[in-house]
Amino acid sequence: MAEIIQEEKGKGGKKRPKKGNPHMDMTPMVDLMCLLLTFFMLTTAFSKPKVMDIVLPEKIKKNEKVDPPKIADSRTLNIIVGPEGRVFWYPGKPDPSVPLQETDFSAKGIREVLIDRNRALLKKIEALKADVISGKLNIKQDSLQNVIKQLKKDDDTGPIVLIKFYKKAKYKNFVDVIDEMSIVGIARYIVVDINWMEQGMVETALKNKPATPAVAQK
Amino acid sequence: MPKIKMPHKSPHIDMTPMVDLFSLLLTFFMLTTTFRPQEPAPVDTPFSVSEKPQPDANIMTLVLAKDNRVFFNIDNGKDTILHFKPKILEEMGKRYNIQFTPLELRKFEKGGSSFGVNINDMKKYLAAQDAKERERYEKGIPHDSLDNQLGYWVLYTRQVNPAVQALIKGDSDVEYPLVKKVLDILQDYNVNKFSLITNLEAVKVEVTDEKK
Repeated sequence: MAEIIQEEKGKGGKKRPKKGNPHMDMTPMVDLMCLLLTFFMLTTAFSKPKVMDIVLPEKIKKNEKVDPPKIADSRTLNIIVGPEGRVFWYPGKPDPSVPLQETDFSAKGIREVLIDRNRALLKKIEALKADVISGKLNIKQDSLQNVIKQLKKDDDTGPIVLIKFYKKAKYKNFVDVIDEMSIVGIARYIVVDINWMEQGMVETALKNKPATPAVAQK
Repeated sequence: MPKIKMPHKSPHIDMTPMVDLFSLLLTFFMLTTTFRPQEPAPVDTPFSVSEKPQPDANIMTLVLAKDNRVFFNIDNGKDTILHFKPKILEEMGKRYNIQFTPLELRKFEKGGSSFGVNINDMKKYLAAQDAKERERYEKGIPHDSLDNQLGYWVLYTRQVNPAVQALIKGDSDVEYPLVKKVLDILQDYNVNKFSLITNLEAVKVEVTDEKK
């Protein structure tokens, strides 16, 4: 009984009817949300990794006799990927008396060399793409790829690029150089083993012009 | 003297818009997120201009880590009917005279990350309780000509699931001889077409300028 009276006394002072507080305490909820949000933001992987397709020619079995395909020296371009992102190249047949030309993976490096030799095809591809963008040619993305593929197939002036790797080349450069082929739109390229003559040529080139003291020590 | 009245402010800030925004973002992230199991070795993939996304299902990935360990992963996507992974492990076990129990096979199927375990350590690896214990057996899959386990993994994966696509995920700093070896193994088992996992390079020219 006494309790009830006391309560009435306390209420008696205020005339207002008791309203529910319109503000809910949202702090714990916000805390939790922050936590979850951070968690999902950190664990999420937005962009799926991309893949780059490469196709290598079938291996020749040991007891199989296959004549190597005949290609013109004038169209051949040899690229040797060396250590530390250095790239050596020479046209045609290997000749130990002529030093290798050196370049790198920058936009003005190996790309310039390749564009120079692949200008005719690259121009055709660029013109085709420009036509599609400007709306002159109305074809779908898929068929555009097919047309480009056909252009590459029909091309008979561009270089045939032989890509070789010196033993200290990095996987990054492996991807870089194949990537470069697709940027420049080289129709014919292949990854082949380096031969002893070229290995010697790279070694002399490295000896003559060490890039950094670290290489010179070796 | 007039009494300065401090404006009596409620200590509560209205958090409703903030909560709204948060729930929106939270929902977005929860729906878009795809969980990827933690990989045993960190791999920095190189950059390329390729825009082709990685396929979801029917893939086998050969991971080349910085320390020249080779890992292998099989992913047949969301397919839960065709149990490829245990079948492949069973075949591997037959080849090396190891009998795997159904429990071990199930454990192998559940693990989504790549593994770099010698098949002789596979039982111990599957019995391991946590990642730390498992790490002890992650010595890389043997891939030399004496004990070419990597080759057999490739072979049996393709036998069990002929639609499988080969992917190579290499660290930027892996040296070419290892890459060559792995490519050779793939080619020895008649895989001539494969994809290299790369990151998309958005502004190609700028990046190449920096390199010099």
